[in-house]
Amino acid sequence: MAGINLRGVVKAYGKTQVIHGVDCTIVDGEFLVIVGPSGCGKSTLLRMIAGLELITGGEISIGDRVVNDLEPAERDIAMVFQNYALYPHMTVYNNMAYGLKIRGLAKADIDARVRKAAEILALDDDLLRRTPRQLSGGQRQRVAMGRAIVRQPSAFLFDEPLSNLDAKLRVQMRLEIKKLQKDLGITSVYVTHDQVEAMTLGHRLLVLNAGIVEQIGAPIELYEHPATLFVAGFIGSPAMNLLPARIGEDGGRVELSGGDGLPLPPGRFAAHAGRTVTAGIRPEHFEMVADDQSNGHGVARLAVDVVEQLGADTLVHGHFGTDRGVLTVRLNGTQDLQSRQVLPMSVQPELIHLFDPDSGRRLGG
Amino acid sequence: MEKRVVFRNPVLPYLLLAPQIAITLIFFIWPASQALYQSLLQQDPFGLRTTFVWADNFIDLFSQADYLNSLQVTTVFSISVAVLALSSALYLAVQADRVLKGAMAYRTLLIWPYAVAPVVAGVLWLFLFNPTLGIAAYWLRELGYDWNHTLNGGQAMTLVVVAATWKQISYNFLFFLAGMQAIPRSLIEAAAIDGAGPVRRFWTIVFPLLTPTTFFLLVINIVYAFFDTFGIIHSVTEGGPAGATNILVYKVFRDGFLNLDLGGSATQSVVLMTIVIAFTVIQFRYVERKVHY
Repeated sequence: MAGINLRGVVKAYGKTQVIHGVDCTIVDGEFLVIVGPSGCGKSTLLRMIAGLELITGGEISIGDRVVNDLEPAERDIAMVFQNYALYPHMTVYNNMAYGLKIRGLAKADIDARVRKAAEILALDDDLLRRTPRQLSGGQRQRVAMGRAIVRQPSAFLFDEPLSNLDAKLRVQMRLEIKKLQKDLGITSVYVTHDQVEAMTLGHRLLVLNAGIVEQIGAPIELYEHPATLFVAGFIGSPAMNLLPARIGEDGGRVELSGGDGLPLPPGRFAAHAGRTVTAGIRPEHFEMVADDQSNGHGVARLAVDVVEQLGADTLVHGHFGTDRGVLTVRLNGTQDLQSRQVLPMSVQPELIHLFDPDSGRRLGG
Repeated sequence: MEKRVVFRNPVLPYLLLAPQIAITLIFFIWPASQALYQSLLQQDPFGLRTTFVWADNFIDLFSQADYLNSLQVTTVFSISVAVLALSSALYLAVQADRVLKGAMAYRTLLIWPYAVAPVVAGVLWLFLFNPTLGIAAYWLRELGYDWNHTLNGGQAMTLVVVAATWKQISYNFLFFLAGMQAIPRSLIEAAAIDGAGPVRRFWTIVFPLLTPTTFFLLVINIVYAFFDTFGIIHSVTEGGPAGATNILVYKVFRDGFLNLDLGGSATQSVVLMTIVIAFTVIQFRYVERKVHY
């Protein structure tokens, strides 16, 4: 077992640079999820760790070895592919045993390891004798994991392993992967574009956007303190509302473009008074209040456009005052609301995020 | 749902099929049955008298040392051609599959020999290896090797095998390359991560997945060596020297059209027909197996 260290990792195809210097230390036994939109370079980064792509610049080490120039086989890693990449002409048993045979293990040893992995993954004897073609999607997924487990590598790499499964199976396999990783305690790097998968699986998340690391942190940290506009919009479902706004002259109020204003935590944004910003407020952080409760101070009036009843909660899509930008508010339980209704909303000052609209950086810490 | 087209007019389907049926009957069934019939007859060289001799032609055929020699020559020839053409095509396909720059150019160039007519290919090789004026023969002599395929049966066989192989490599190459490109990349990557080096990956992953392609090509190549190499043999060695390259299909031509033994020639055709039918059956039986991926 070993940690993985990325230092200034760069990838370029000819003159086109696709990964612009990634630094990240993955400690031994950690589950790191690399998350980002499609085309952000997350799979490329994973493949560089695996040794399937050359590293243009920087350094990757696994354990205490720099692996830049090592073949995939020498890196002591196992990978689960999106399409599982099971060998179609071999039985499930041989699929799992393949890597061990190549490493020259004794037959009895191979058998013991395969049986153990099969047991962990609940693959019975009958299944071990089948070929991949005769398996369902979930079973293939399990076999792919089994092939990774038997090798007892120092790290697991997962490349969107659940994206070919249906929604129900995905949730189930997600739990299994999480449990498995916890039980085995093997350092894992997991690539996904699904932020729910990322939030639920990872000890830490690395948010990648256009080849740049936006933020690395625990899921809750990213949720509570997104470092950039991109992370703010990417993490959380439904997504955070991002509104054009201005910080009031005294720094204690944010004036939304629709004409309403909301109070800010005292002192935190004093240095940015008068500045144009992007305000980020999560749908679930709005509270419906009685209109006159705060004398018109600290209340934004939401004009309702569409109401979606989900049972457990209600999503209200609307806009503030004269601003035409649509925003989403999530209220608990079922709510009796009509469109065109105007709802007074307040937000706790600490739950308002402000960003520099140009650089996208978070303001006020 | 019924997918078949149902014709209201009972005659129309037969009319539509008529051209194909006519072609099959006139150009395939009729000559084939003629050959079958003729194989039971014996004629004098001038075609004046014909005797019905039952299976005498067949009995006679298989007791001829000439014919048994031809059978042996054909076996050696077709196995050599198939093995050589398959292995070199596979080797070239593996190399072309790895090429990154100018891959299209390589592939296009490798396909060219297929467009050369067998007789032309034969003549090309004939010129190269002509004992008196061939450049390759000259080089061989420079190296101290006495090349004269008009006298040496082994050399003649080598030459026709090389010429026939050279023409078939392109075809095999195309199929192997296509087969290899149909193998998902991630399989190879998974094997690489599992610790298999390039050679091992080839033999444990790529080659097994190419089995259906290989088998299909094996049958095609043997059929090619049996029948389509007539032009090469005819232009390079004319079956000589002393029958060393006299393959079955060439012997049919010689015995029938040069030696005017029409009955014996027809008998040989029937044997060849049986062989090709056997190949076709094998082809349909086993090649239609499901592909793995």
